[in-house]
Amino acid sequence: MNAAPIAKTGAPLLQVKGLKKHFAMAKPFLNRLLEGGEQQTVKAVDGLDLEIPRGQTLSLVGESGCGKSTVARLIMGLSNPSGGSILFDGADISRAPAGQPADIRRRMQMIFQDPYASLNPRWRVADIIAEPLRTYGMCASRQEERREVDRLLEFVGLNAKDGDKFPHEFSGGQRQRISIARAISTKPEFLVCDEPTSALDVSVQAQILNLMRAMQRELGLTYLFISHDLAVVNFMSDWIGVMYLGRLVEVSPAAELFANPQHPYTRLLLDTIPDLGMSKRDRQPAAGEVPNPINPPPGCHFHPRCVLANERCRSEAPVLRMYDGGVRASCHAVEEGRGVEPIMAQASAAHPLQAAV
Amino acid sequence: MALLEVENLKVEFPTRKGVLTAVDNVSFNVEQGEILGVVGESGAGKSMTGAAVIGLLEPPGRIGGGQIRLDGKRIDNLSPDEMRKIRGRHIGAIFQDPLTSLNPLFTVGEQLVETIRTHLPMSAAEAKKRAIGWLAEVGIPAPDRRFDQYPHQFSGGMRQRVVIALALCAEPRLIIADEPTTALDVSVQAQIIALLKRVCRERNAAAILVTHDMGVIAETADRVAVMYAGRLAEIGPVAHVLQKPSHPYTAGLMGSIPRVGPRPERLIQIEGSMPRLTDIPSGCAFNPRCPKVFAECHRVRPELRQLADGAAACLLYEGVTP
Repeated sequence: MNAAPIAKTGAPLLQVKGLKKHFAMAKPFLNRLLEGGEQQTVKAVDGLDLEIPRGQTLSLVGESGCGKSTVARLIMGLSNPSGGSILFDGADISRAPAGQPADIRRRMQMIFQDPYASLNPRWRVADIIAEPLRTYGMCASRQEERREVDRLLEFVGLNAKDGDKFPHEFSGGQRQRISIARAISTKPEFLVCDEPTSALDVSVQAQILNLMRAMQRELGLTYLFISHDLAVVNFMSDWIGVMYLGRLVEVSPAAELFANPQHPYTRLLLDTIPDLGMSKRDRQPAAGEVPNPINPPPGCHFHPRCVLANERCRSEAPVLRMYDGGVRASCHAVEEGRGVEPIMAQASAAHPLQAAV
Repeated sequence: MALLEVENLKVEFPTRKGVLTAVDNVSFNVEQGEILGVVGESGAGKSMTGAAVIGLLEPPGRIGGGQIRLDGKRIDNLSPDEMRKIRGRHIGAIFQDPLTSLNPLFTVGEQLVETIRTHLPMSAAEAKKRAIGWLAEVGIPAPDRRFDQYPHQFSGGMRQRVVIALALCAEPRLIIADEPTTALDVSVQAQIIALLKRVCRERNAAAILVTHDMGVIAETADRVAVMYAGRLAEIGPVAHVLQKPSHPYTAGLMGSIPRVGPRPERLIQIEGSMPRLTDIPSGCAFNPRCPKVFAECHRVRPELRQLADGAAACLLYEGVTP
């Protein structure tokens, strides 16, 4: 684990403060007329604070509906936030329209989940990869553009000749390589990767994850990585943020989160990781499902599923608090030390999970 | 005698360009009360194998050879009507997406009662009582109220519980579960796996669990069959296959799965991807990606060979020297 404290690596490349996205859930006109009732909103992202140091990876994990993909869209400007700020290299881009300001948007790119939906089937691969180059006027001539496309194709492990083909001629893993080539064509510093390997088979997933790690080393990229798979996240991340119903419940250095999970929801998620060593075969899984985000439980959203919940948890929403080892968690029980082992500062040195793998 | 015997099963798809073989010469047994995991990447033929056993191959797909025997009786050559009597009564099915396996226009109670009364001689009142019992059995709170609700009123995890109740309510002795947890969130996934295991154990029902997820296999299966390009690469007790894989493909697959714990610099990766059915290489289908490939692999197709623990189809075990 090499996640140095933020202070040592200078100002973070991306800083998100109090980010909010509320969606209005309007009922059909007739229902509103007949049934009345209040306008409902879904708080998809509800006051999110995070920062990503340059050259590192922060992953957001959580179950479907927790708001992790919405965060990605907000950061990329694909959706307008309802509140809060997004600072990229010090500049606030949260109010800027999509694609603006161009000199900053060039430096951030995105890789999407489904490589079957994110590539235009009528375009040749060379044009797909060259589109961002043209948008930002990065190549003086068509020859130079084609040379750059060929270089990118080879960089991501494809053949320069593949530029003349169409997306349907490629497998899922190869398509994701094309998406990656397009994303890095503008020489960005920051990539948002929204479940980039969820649609791929495991042997292909390993290829893509290895490629992304190698890219980070060679190009010094900073990643916001979004996934529901904690084992994948463990391989990719320096920092991990756990989301539940639009809020961050814990943000920690990756090794710390696996060694000393603080928030009860983090513990629940870690407990669901199937163990290939088969030591967890007859465990009793935690009960319950994620509640409806339209009407989340009051206080701490997690309290109905939490074994440590008490009266305070049911009425008062916890805030993220800093603990030793760079760990931040929003939990009354952790704060009060109720039924939770104290944080062990020395734990990141050893690897207590090793025995379990 | 094993509950289910599959012998040299071949599933074919006639196309304009010739006949494609999606499942090629696959043989395995499932014992009473046993959970057999069938694992592989997309296109390996694992779902086709399950569909062939339960007689739900989508035309033009067809069984092109081999036998499937349930309790010693052949079921691969039955008429659609005869097969319908086997399905549900003797072999239950659970599919990936619980929303598409339930009828949205009927309450879950009606669907359960219909299934029970189709297969078991029972009055409507008795069937209703039993259906409510099943809803309780699969962990649905307030089952008598939920009995009258429609599928859209259930959450994803609860729907999959209903599907499991439907698959088991006529008390079949074999369940085919095709990716039963893939559409669910991780915390619900663990619940469904535990439920499936419990009901199978309690009813002494056997199951074929088709999945791409080795984690699910590790937690559930007694034995596991690894498929590659329509063929069985390896089959054996789950601990052995996962921890000491015999086939180079299984070894590569296990190495490529990211794990929790110390973070490696690189994952083991198998180069390339699985061949399409139209261009399966000669000899061993895995030879273009195999780290241990030698000359014979391009020529000789390995047969499944019995080893000390399990069996593998690899020339390394056929006494052929590289």
